[in-house]
Amino acid sequence: MKLSLDWLRDWVDVALAPADLGARLTMAGFELESATPAAPAFSGVVVARILSAERHPQADKLQVCRVDAGQGGEPLQIVCGAPNARAGLVTALARVGAVLPNDVSIKAARLRGVESAGMLCSARELGLSEGHEGILELPADAAPGQDLRTLLGLDDTVLELNVTPNRGDAMSVIGLAREVATLTGQALRGPAATPVAASLDATFPVRLDAAQACPRFLGRAIDGVDNGRASPAWLRERLRRCGVRSISPVVDVTNYVLLELGQPMHAYDRDRLRQGIHVRHANEAEPLELLDGRRVELASDVLVIADAEGPVGLAGIMGGARTAVQSSTTRVFLEVAWFAPQAIAGRARRFGLTTDASQRFERGVDPEVGRRAIERATELLLAIAGGAAGPVVATEAPAFLPVRTPVRLRRARLQRLLGVLPADATIESLLGGLGMKVARDDEGFVVTPPPHRFDVAIEPDLVEEVARLVGYDSIPEAAPARAQRLRPMPESLASERRVLDALAARGFNEVVSFAFVEPGLQQRLFPGREAVALANPISADLAVMRVSLWPGLVRVILENQRRQQDRLRLFEHGVVFQATPQGVHELDVLAGALTGSRAPEHWGSGRDGADFFDLKGDLEALLAATGRAGDFAFAAAEHPCLHPGRSARVLRDGIPVGWIGELHPEQVRALDLTSAPQLFELEYDAALRVEVPAFAEVSRYPQVRRDLAFTVDEELPFSPIRERVTFVATGLLKDLRVFDIYRGAGVEPGRKSVALGLIFQDNSRTLTDEDVDRLMQAIREDLGAKFQARFRE
Amino acid sequence: MEDLPALTRAALDDVAASASLAALDEVRVRWLGKKGALTEQLKSLGGLPAAERPAAGARINEAKSQVQAAIDARREALERAAVEAALRAGRVDVTLPGRGESRGGLHPVTRTRLRIESLFREAGFDVATGPEIEDDFHNFEALNIPADHPARAMHDTFYFPDGRLLRTHTSPVQVRAMRGATLPLAIIAPGRVYRCDYDVTHTPMFHQVEGLLVDREVSFGNLKAVLHQFLEAFFERDLKMRLRPSYFPFTEPSAEVDMSCVFCAGAGCRVCKHTGWLEIAGCGMVHPNVFRASGIDPEQWTGYAFGMGIERLAMLRYGVNDLRLFFDNDLRFLRQFVAW
Repeated sequence: MKLSLDWLRDWVDVALAPADLGARLTMAGFELESATPAAPAFSGVVVARILSAERHPQADKLQVCRVDAGQGGEPLQIVCGAPNARAGLVTALARVGAVLPNDVSIKAARLRGVESAGMLCSARELGLSEGHEGILELPADAAPGQDLRTLLGLDDTVLELNVTPNRGDAMSVIGLAREVATLTGQALRGPAATPVAASLDATFPVRLDAAQACPRFLGRAIDGVDNGRASPAWLRERLRRCGVRSISPVVDVTNYVLLELGQPMHAYDRDRLRQGIHVRHANEAEPLELLDGRRVELASDVLVIADAEGPVGLAGIMGGARTAVQSSTTRVFLEVAWFAPQAIAGRARRFGLTTDASQRFERGVDPEVGRRAIERATELLLAIAGGAAGPVVATEAPAFLPVRTPVRLRRARLQRLLGVLPADATIESLLGGLGMKVARDDEGFVVTPPPHRFDVAIEPDLVEEVARLVGYDSIPEAAPARAQRLRPMPESLASERRVLDALAARGFNEVVSFAFVEPGLQQRLFPGREAVALANPISADLAVMRVSLWPGLVRVILENQRRQQDRLRLFEHGVVFQATPQGVHELDVLAGALTGSRAPEHWGSGRDGADFFDLKGDLEALLAATGRAGDFAFAAAEHPCLHPGRSARVLRDGIPVGWIGELHPEQVRALDLTSAPQLFELEYDAALRVEVPAFAEVSRYPQVRRDLAFTVDEELPFSPIRERVTFVATGLLKDLRVFDIYRGAGVEPGRKSVALGLIFQDNSRTLTDEDVDRLMQAIREDLGAKFQARFRE
Repeated sequence: MEDLPALTRAALDDVAASASLAALDEVRVRWLGKKGALTEQLKSLGGLPAAERPAAGARINEAKSQVQAAIDARREALERAAVEAALRAGRVDVTLPGRGESRGGLHPVTRTRLRIESLFREAGFDVATGPEIEDDFHNFEALNIPADHPARAMHDTFYFPDGRLLRTHTSPVQVRAMRGATLPLAIIAPGRVYRCDYDVTHTPMFHQVEGLLVDREVSFGNLKAVLHQFLEAFFERDLKMRLRPSYFPFTEPSAEVDMSCVFCAGAGCRVCKHTGWLEIAGCGMVHPNVFRASGIDPEQWTGYAFGMGIERLAMLRYGVNDLRLFFDNDLRFLRQFVAW
């Protein structure tokens, strides 16, 4: 909301400097966004009348004007290129010595051989407008020689204030004046609301078919208007400072009243209205062409103003094209209606509109300000565009007009919610200043808000008003009186901080990606997997919810590869979205990726590329921190986006909790990755749940190591071998190490040699050689029988 | 018997000339071994008259001891030299870089979130979470934002075809936490939130942290205290804070929280747009309608709630000047946050 201080001063005395007023309003809930001068700095620009304008002898587009610049001086000769320069026009002259915005100095000049003693100015050259409308057209009665800044009151400041959606009443000069008056202890005044007596009998029939949505409609016919004139400069200036463009006297006046009193209005060309006005709900699919030329299709919950031929406007939002006033319009019908907020709210947005009218109606317009508004508009219109007015005709359904019910405000509640209790007299005077009727009762007050305050309906609303007016700053900070309470700390929950730090310590950097991803990439990695799609994505590449963190990680790898970062170790923690028959399931997952060389480039290390076992090592280290490393297994399994021979499900107690693998070579090629990333993803809770450590006796007896080398079928995985060895060793096996895997010379084709180091130990005695020999023999026989293992002597 | 002094001199010369432990051992064998030249002298004692033998034997043994001592000394010197040579040969350039993985780090948003969580945990708040795909009830209705409420225009909401939506704030966790909770209740709820807005100062996904405290006697003064303490604890400095009246449908009274600018200490700079203040949070006393939607009697209980943007806190804490950097995941950016 833009507020001109000049305009505000019509309503209340303001002694504060603009910045101080802005600060005061900010602390009352109307945040100052900016305070800007109504016009940029310029000097030496005066009112001037063009006495004559003749074609420049050397240039078709220039005119040589003789100009009366007042102050009893001789007429000046000015060369001007504006097409609207003409004899009789009163305009703005930058005299020699004038300084225009951006430090443009005006000097005597010679243009194509003709002397020019200054420059006639456009609004644009003076920083008053962005348009190209030619030189300024000032009122014919403005006195030549008068300083333009004085004439237009340009030494004004415009405050841009942020008005919160609950305060529709403050979206007007009168509304903010009320606040300023209360905050500064001044009286609210304002232009006298003098009724304009009817000098015509003319009226126009109005019927309320949806009285609940529109219980009040004031109408007035005005004839003989000259809408082809330009609005006066002062009016255009005030509109301009509020960001509203001047259109025609009729439209300008309705906009002026809206800005001043907060009452949206509409003016119809009465010659284009058919028979009478009905305020009704639209029929389904009824068409309407709006003022701005757009055609919309209506629905039955949209309120319209209609005549015999159909809708002529979206009630409270925007008028229609068919009955809009034009420069030739002479017979006008003014509408000042009250629409219920619920009847307007959300409708404008549905049509992609936000208008000054809809913003106010959906927040709530003062139902009692209408008569004042229509009189003010009539008065202004007759003064500006002439004409004669008919009587104001009110069509009303009083039962549906809003009634402000009294609200109790208890001292105890104030004390409890704020922590402080202002004096009774303070409360009464502050609330009274805002137009509330305040009565006392046993426990506090009974407050009846004024009709324009739609936001005061319950006790906390009044608590806020009191707090706001005494100032939030005056409420002291108060330490809470809470009982001491130490809460249980579940040790079996993996501390997120530790999990993430463990990965960071192993060189992984955490990334954060958007939870919506590019459908193409996700489909490529998870073909056929159903993803949850947004109805209104912000762009095509952020259109579906991720089913895995891998699409995001792959995207980050690609982007960093473009930034010449080839060795990457990344992880991410977040939810993924799985479509299930019961609805979308949000699953908390932890994923990681590495790509590039195994070790950072180093003078003493090799340059091997990282492989499956590098990431598996990191993952095993992470899983070991659950305290249950032995519960995990990696089962070879195929995944659509992983290398079929280098991918595994991660199992915990046999239940799948994640995946690990190398990105499929086809994906690597298609995505143009420089090397194949290794990826993992874990279900956070299931995989990382921690076992609280439980003490077990440490053996005091020596351990015995025996090595075992044998050949088995090349395809036989390691994990069943480990399972059998562990099983047969009956709890005496403390550790098992794979110290060699070999294929090639000395081993028959189709087989591989496996070398194990087995560590045995008993908790209750020293194992003898015979004990261990027996165990080794049992293991050899078992592996021979189960896996056709052949042992080397 | 040969000339013992000459022999001794020759032996000592040999010892001194030994350049290695092996050479020294040869010298030892040559002179003191079983067949060594000095040892051989003892065998010649038999050719002497009995009366001379003891004195001659003593002279020979003295000579042997003298040579042995020289050998020991020489061995020690050679060994010391060998150790020194080995150490010299084993020198490394200690200024070369070490071997192994360099440290990674947490994302600055996570780092900031965890810092916020631990501050509030110490103050007795629990961490609560909620779904990111929400329904209209929890995201809007229960928070006193009915359909067509103008406040909905402030939330550019992402919708799914079935009418559900991506939560636009962490406030729905308030409602979920309060329903069926044992009171009193003190939680913070950090998490991802989504709005359909993407420009220099907005990303379609970002992070908020919500705070909620419900008890018998909770006042606006308590709210001011907890926020001020939090800001000073988070930024580790004295800060001024002010609350400005504002509007949120789910709190009443409502306020915007400003703190004195951490870059200019309130003097005015580019970051605070020369106001000296930075907007850092929204807050207020829980609206009775929100209590009722959560099954809590507003006459019996009062509460405060607040919400902050985690990216904003991170930007101010670490001096990050562009919101979008958080989601670019540029390794060169992420590596700036490897410290614990």
